[in-house]
Amino acid sequence: MKMRKGLTWAVGLMAALILMAGFSPAQAAPVKQKNLILATTTSTQDTGLLDYIIPIFEKKTKYFVKTIAVGSGAAMAMGQKGEADALLVHSPAAEKKLVEEGYGVNRRLVMHNDFVILGPASDPAGIKGMKSATEAFKKLAATGSLFMTRADKSGTHAKEMAIWKAAGVNPEGQKWYQQTGLGMGQTLGVAAEKKAYTLSDRGTYLSMKKNLGLDILSEGDAVLLNIYHVIEVNPAKWPKVNAPAAKAFADFMVSKQVQKIIKTFGVDKYGSPLFFPDAGKKVEDLGK
Amino acid sequence: MTTDAPILSVSDLFVKRGGVPVLDLPAFSIRKGETVGLIGPNGAGKSTLLLALACLIKRERGRILFHGQVVSTRRETFAYRRRIAVVFQEPLLFDTTVYANVASGLDIRHLDRQEIGERVTRRLDQFGIDHLRNRSARKLSGGEAQRTSLARAFAIDPEIVFLDEPFSSLDPPTREGLLEDLHRILKETGTTAVMATHDRLEALRLSERMAVMRDGEVVQIGPADTIIHHPTDEFVASFVGMETILTGRVSGCGVGTIRVDLGVGELEAVGEARPGEAVRCCIRPENVTLQLPAAREETSARNLFPARVEKIQPLGLFHRVLLDCGFPLTAYVTSQSISDLNLREGAGVQAAFKATAVHVIRHEK
Amino acid sequence: MDMILEGLKQAFYLLVTFDPEVMGITWLSLKISGTATFFSLFFGISVGTVVALTEFPGRRLVVSLINTGMGLPPVVAGLIVTIFLWRNGPLGFLEILYTPTAMIIAQSLIAAPIVTGISLASIQQLPRNLRLQILALGANRLQMVWILIKEARLPLLAAVMAGFGGVISEVGASIMVGGNIKGYSRVLTTATVMETGKGNFEIALALGFILLLLAFIINAVLTQVQQRQRPR
Repeated sequence: MKMRKGLTWAVGLMAALILMAGFSPAQAAPVKQKNLILATTTSTQDTGLLDYIIPIFEKKTKYFVKTIAVGSGAAMAMGQKGEADALLVHSPAAEKKLVEEGYGVNRRLVMHNDFVILGPASDPAGIKGMKSATEAFKKLAATGSLFMTRADKSGTHAKEMAIWKAAGVNPEGQKWYQQTGLGMGQTLGVAAEKKAYTLSDRGTYLSMKKNLGLDILSEGDAVLLNIYHVIEVNPAKWPKVNAPAAKAFADFMVSKQVQKIIKTFGVDKYGSPLFFPDAGKKVEDLGK
Repeated sequence: MTTDAPILSVSDLFVKRGGVPVLDLPAFSIRKGETVGLIGPNGAGKSTLLLALACLIKRERGRILFHGQVVSTRRETFAYRRRIAVVFQEPLLFDTTVYANVASGLDIRHLDRQEIGERVTRRLDQFGIDHLRNRSARKLSGGEAQRTSLARAFAIDPEIVFLDEPFSSLDPPTREGLLEDLHRILKETGTTAVMATHDRLEALRLSERMAVMRDGEVVQIGPADTIIHHPTDEFVASFVGMETILTGRVSGCGVGTIRVDLGVGELEAVGEARPGEAVRCCIRPENVTLQLPAAREETSARNLFPARVEKIQPLGLFHRVLLDCGFPLTAYVTSQSISDLNLREGAGVQAAFKATAVHVIRHEK
Repeated sequence: MDMILEGLKQAFYLLVTFDPEVMGITWLSLKISGTATFFSLFFGISVGTVVALTEFPGRRLVVSLINTGMGLPPVVAGLIVTIFLWRNGPLGFLEILYTPTAMIIAQSLIAAPIVTGISLASIQQLPRNLRLQILALGANRLQMVWILIKEARLPLLAAVMAGFGGVISEVGASIMVGGNIKGYSRVLTTATVMETGKGNFEIALALGFILLLLAFIINAVLTQVQQRQRPR
């Protein structure tokens, strides 16, 4: 009978899908203790760096890395809750606090790039070429120029807030200060669309430059450095943490091999590297 | 084909819905092979009674005997349901072909394909829908759909079929054809049937016995003729078409006749009652004839009243004429008579009816 | 406009070249959402039918809950599943957070109320007396339920479409419980979000087109089944 046939057909389709799911990676996943949860910022994923180096790590160590790309704030919250094994983040002040409270251990410098102050080429606020980021921010506030903030507790957001603080400006609630609540890439898109100023890491900016129309108006200030550390989550606080994997990953990140990759990553595509390898250096020496 | 052994008998049947009693039936039985018509206005409880008899709704209490065997447990109820069939007002066909619909009861019973084929074909034939067998049930006319529904019910060779206003939503010619076929098939198959309807004429066509229901109770049950001609109370009288019902007191008794004082006149009726007894006199409008006031025509009618025409309502072939004879009286008059008598509202006329046309209901029996 | 054309071109290119990564992502989307839909159908049709056919105290509340659940924002479902599946959460011992299994769970949670709600409505919209008619035909309870489901099969197919459409296009929960891990839990929607974040709008668009195409094919097939069922 026709109606029965149709029904059987639909059920069959579903059954087939189920069957196929039976061979899905859910079952084919590597053994559990092989899993390493890496909480990191969207910028490392968005630039494509992690997609490039993690397969190398996996191949070398047989660990399976689950990269969870979120804001720096969320990444550190995951570390604090023991929901991640290793962190690759760029929010130094918060990182220090995490380590002081004992949730993170072995914080090691991996690399840096820098933040740049972006704005429309016409630069209505006239900050182009200003050396001091703080002064540039002051001027933006004084002229009431539209500014886009991620407002997502990311490393970039944290850096931006630090600069506002240094400039003695409280932008919260100002008409010219608008929150996107989005990641870096999307915030850049919004800023470009609205011809607004914003703060971005250089890597994301470079990778998106072609579609934007935002120019670098201020760069080079030491305060604008964007420094990435790798932190292992403390297994003493959270017994479920895969400490050996975390250590292996952190070691790998500061290894010569990876540092060399970082040095040249992005040159072929953007003409300049997206990050500068810093393993073994001191934060104070950066940017000099 | 009717035998005296009841195929189904119930006692003390009581059904509530939402805490309100909707059916209260001290005793009721159906003989094998007969057709019982359940009549009554909407909401009288006909459907409820049918569903209760078919064991399709929960009953507060009540004993149901099928072939003398109690139907009570889940198992017994299930077994009982497999030997009966129900047809509703809506055809309630399944979204498939006519053939599959008629076969559905047999499918449910897991009969083998060949037997299903034979039985379905027989019923399709019987109900004159064999040419529709591969048609989708959604594409049927109202009459075809109800035929399919009936064929589906009869396909399982039920011992009793319960019909809940099966023709109510059909147009008159369609209903006429189906009534005729159903009557024939009921007689051919000897199937016992209980049919609810609010149309007394429909019930009269099919049933040997009729039960009149009101407010969840059976107010009168008996041979169809008796119900139509000898209603036991005012409600039944009006339901079976006695439109004039007058209250009066017996003023005199003759041989098999009585005189009833209506307060505004006196009429003669055939019947028996004690003098002084309060009675109701019921008169069918078909039995009232009208003549010109001046005319002294020959009439055998014992009751002759001068009357004034209050209202004339056309009813197709007939006109209903509401008269004032001191008491209200309704008459059915042909269009021909309307013009012959030059009837208009407010006109004077003489109303006549025979003593035998008056049905007397005694208040206390 | 150029970008959309470019996206279409990219989508076409990725499809005809059977780009292994895109094929993998597409396949995974289909598997995860298909499985989730299947589970939600199993749950939704059973619960929907039971609720539609039975009277019990608190039934109205249950119906309200189901209807509210139909509008459950995927991110909320994702958040709840995440919290339960955290290592240190109540179901942490399962160690399935950031796996396709977790995505199936979250998507099932999203689709189940949709399928339940539509099933409930489609069984309820059948004529009241139909149940009695089926019982009167001699059906036992199981047969009755089966016949009712068959009678409601057209709206039930709509439930399949709504459920599947809801989860295949969902991103919030998938990214949260799956983690968008390359080659493992990355599906079309999460990949689209990521590529958008990277500024690779053409690729994001291309993935979006592939998603649309997939949804279209599935719905076309189901609609074909549904409409073929309709009486001519």
